[in-house]
Amino acid sequence: MLVIEDLQVKIGNKKVLKHVNLEIQPGETQILFGPNGSGKTSLLMTIMGYPQYKVTGGRILFKGEDITHMTIDERARLGIGISYQRPPSIQGLKTRRMVQVCANGDVDVDTLADRMNFREFLERDINVGFSGGEIKRSELLQLMAQDTDLTLFDEPESGVDLENISLIGNTINHLLQRVNESQHCKTVKHAGRERSKMGLIITHTGFILDYVTADKGLVLYDGMVAGRGNPVEIFKQIKKVGYMECARCAA
Amino acid sequence: MRSLDDMAYKAKDKKAAIGPDIDLDSYSLESATHANVKNLKTIPKEDRERMTLAGLDASEKERAGTYVQRDATAVHSGSNVDGMEIIPIKKALEEIDWIRDYYWKLASVDTDKYTARARLDLQDGYVIRALPGKKITLPAQACLYLEKEGFNQNVHNIIIAEEGSELHIISGCASASHVTRGLHVGISEFYVKKDAKLSFTMIHHWAEDVVVRPRSVGIVEKGGLFLSNYISMKPVKSVQSYPTIYLVGKGAVARSYSLLVGSPGSELDVGGRIYLQAKDTRAEIIARAITNGGNIMSRGDIIGEVPGVRGHLECHGLILNGGIMQAIPELKGLVDGVELSHEAAVGKIAQEEILYLMSRGLTEEEATATIVRGFLSVDIPGLPAPLKAEIDRAVELSQKDVM
Repeated sequence: MLVIEDLQVKIGNKKVLKHVNLEIQPGETQILFGPNGSGKTSLLMTIMGYPQYKVTGGRILFKGEDITHMTIDERARLGIGISYQRPPSIQGLKTRRMVQVCANGDVDVDTLADRMNFREFLERDINVGFSGGEIKRSELLQLMAQDTDLTLFDEPESGVDLENISLIGNTINHLLQRVNESQHCKTVKHAGRERSKMGLIITHTGFILDYVTADKGLVLYDGMVAGRGNPVEIFKQIKKVGYMECARCAA
Repeated sequence: MRSLDDMAYKAKDKKAAIGPDIDLDSYSLESATHANVKNLKTIPKEDRERMTLAGLDASEKERAGTYVQRDATAVHSGSNVDGMEIIPIKKALEEIDWIRDYYWKLASVDTDKYTARARLDLQDGYVIRALPGKKITLPAQACLYLEKEGFNQNVHNIIIAEEGSELHIISGCASASHVTRGLHVGISEFYVKKDAKLSFTMIHHWAEDVVVRPRSVGIVEKGGLFLSNYISMKPVKSVQSYPTIYLVGKGAVARSYSLLVGSPGSELDVGGRIYLQAKDTRAEIIARAITNGGNIMSRGDIIGEVPGVRGHLECHGLILNGGIMQAIPELKGLVDGVELSHEAAVGKIAQEEILYLMSRGLTEEEATATIVRGFLSVDIPGLPAPLKAEIDRAVELSQKDVM
C-alpha cells in the first residue's frame, strides 16, 4: 500500500505540492488528472524520490515503511518504478543492457522485447533518436523487466500513434495485473482477488481510459487535490467544463 | 642512407613541436638480450599476463600471426596464415631489397629527436605485409614489451596492405610489472594500397613513469580504407602522439578512433591529422576521453585540398574526478567544395542520466560506471570480432581506474 500524508513539496522556492493526501491499496490503480503545471509530474517524481523535489512537510509510506527520505535506488529496490515522459538518452548504453539492468540479472530480453514489438531497437543506444512512441514502448519494456509493485506512468500515451496505443494500453493492464474487462468479464473477479500491483497514471488526453479500467480518479489543481471520484466521470466533466470549473465544482 | 644518418644526427637534440620535452640521456640504451621464444606459452606467466592486458593472445587461437619484442630483442616472429608475412625489421633490412622502398619513406628522420633516435639507435620492430588480394580476416598481433627499468626502447614498424588485400593488426605495448620508468619510441609507417583495407588497433598498458613517443605516418591509395584505433586507459607518465595520414587516391577513406583515460599524474597529448588530397576521399577522427585527475589534450586536424572531399572531427571529453581536458579541433579547406565539420564537448556525466539508472535499481556508483562504460563503447565499424572483443575487454578493465 502507498500512503501519502499531507505532502508538501518545493522545487527551489516554488511550492509545487500543497497538503496532498493519497492512498493506493494493493491491486488498485488510480488516474491523475490536472492541467499543465498543476503538480502531476511533481507528485510522481516525489514518490520516486527525485532529489530536486524537496519534501517540506508530510510523509510517504510504502509497504509500511517511511520512504520520505529514501534515495531513488532504495525506492526502486523496494518495488517502485516509473514510466517517464521524456527520459534522457544515454550514449553507448544499449537498450538490451538497460533491460538487463532493470531485471537485475537473468532475463529473456528478446522474448520481452517481442511482446513490445521492440526487438529491432535492442542494439540501439537507449532513447537515442527514439520517437515519442518508441520511448513509451521502451519505458514499458524496462518496467516489465523491473517487475515493480507500484508503477507510476507519466502520460504513457503521449506521442504514441494509433497503431500502438492498444499495445501500450494492454501492456499497462498487464503490468498492473488487469485484464480488459470487456473481453474477460468472467475472469475479472478472480483477477481482482489476486491482484497486488498498484498503479498511478497521469493522463492528459484520456485515451488511456479506453484501455485501462482504473479504480479511482483524482484531479490536481495548483498543487492540491481538487477532486476525487470515478475516473471516467471526472474525465467527462473535464471535457465538458474544463479543469478550472471542474476543480471549483469538486471543491 | 648516409645522408639520412646525417640528417638524424643533426636532429638528435631537436625538440618535438608539441608535448613535454624529454631528456633522452636519462634513459639507458643497454639491455640484456633475450632468448628466442618458440612457443608463446613459455613466456613467464607474469610477463604473459601483462602482455595479455595489451591484447596478446598467447594461444594464438584467433590470431593470424605474432611478433613479440622484449626490450631490444625480437623474440618471436611468425605468420600462421598464407598471404601474410611478419618479419623483424632488422632481418628485413638485411635480407629483403624492397624494404628500402618503405623504410623512412613516409616518416622523416629529422622530425624531432625521437625520430632521430629511432634512426640512430634502432633496436628492432616488425614488418607486417598482406600480399596482393589476400584477405586476412583474423588479426595479426604484435607486442612491444619493456622489461628493463629505465630502458629506452626504439622500434620501427612497417605495415603494408598490398593491392586488394585485407589486414588487421592489434599492436600492444606493455611494461613488466616491476618496471616503473622507461621510454618507448616507435616509428610506424603504413602503406594501404589500391582497394586494400587495413585496421590497426594500438592498445597501451604502461606504467606510471613511462614516457611514450609514437611517430606514425600512413598513406592510403585509391579505394583503400585505413582504420586506426588507439586505446590508452592505464596510467602512463606522458604520451604525445600525432599520426599523419595522407589520402592520395580517389575514394580513399581513413577513420581514427581514440579511447583515452587520464589517471592522476598522466599526461596524454593525442590526436591525428588527415590530408584529403584526392577526389571523394573521406576522413573521420573520433575521440572519447575521460580524465579522473590526468591531463588530456585531444587534437585533430583535417585538411581538405581538393573539391568534393568530406571530413568530420569529434571529441567528447568527460571530467570525472578533477584533471584537465582540452579539445583542439582544427579544420582547413584549401578549395571550394570541401565539407569539413567538427564537434567537441567537454563536460560531466549528466545527473539526469544517473537518476534515470538509479530509478531502475542501480546505486549511484553503479549508475556512474554504467554511463562511463557506455561513453567509451564506441561502435567501430569494420573490425573483426576478436578485435572488438579485445577493445571491449580494455574498456571493461578501465572501470577500476576510472571509478
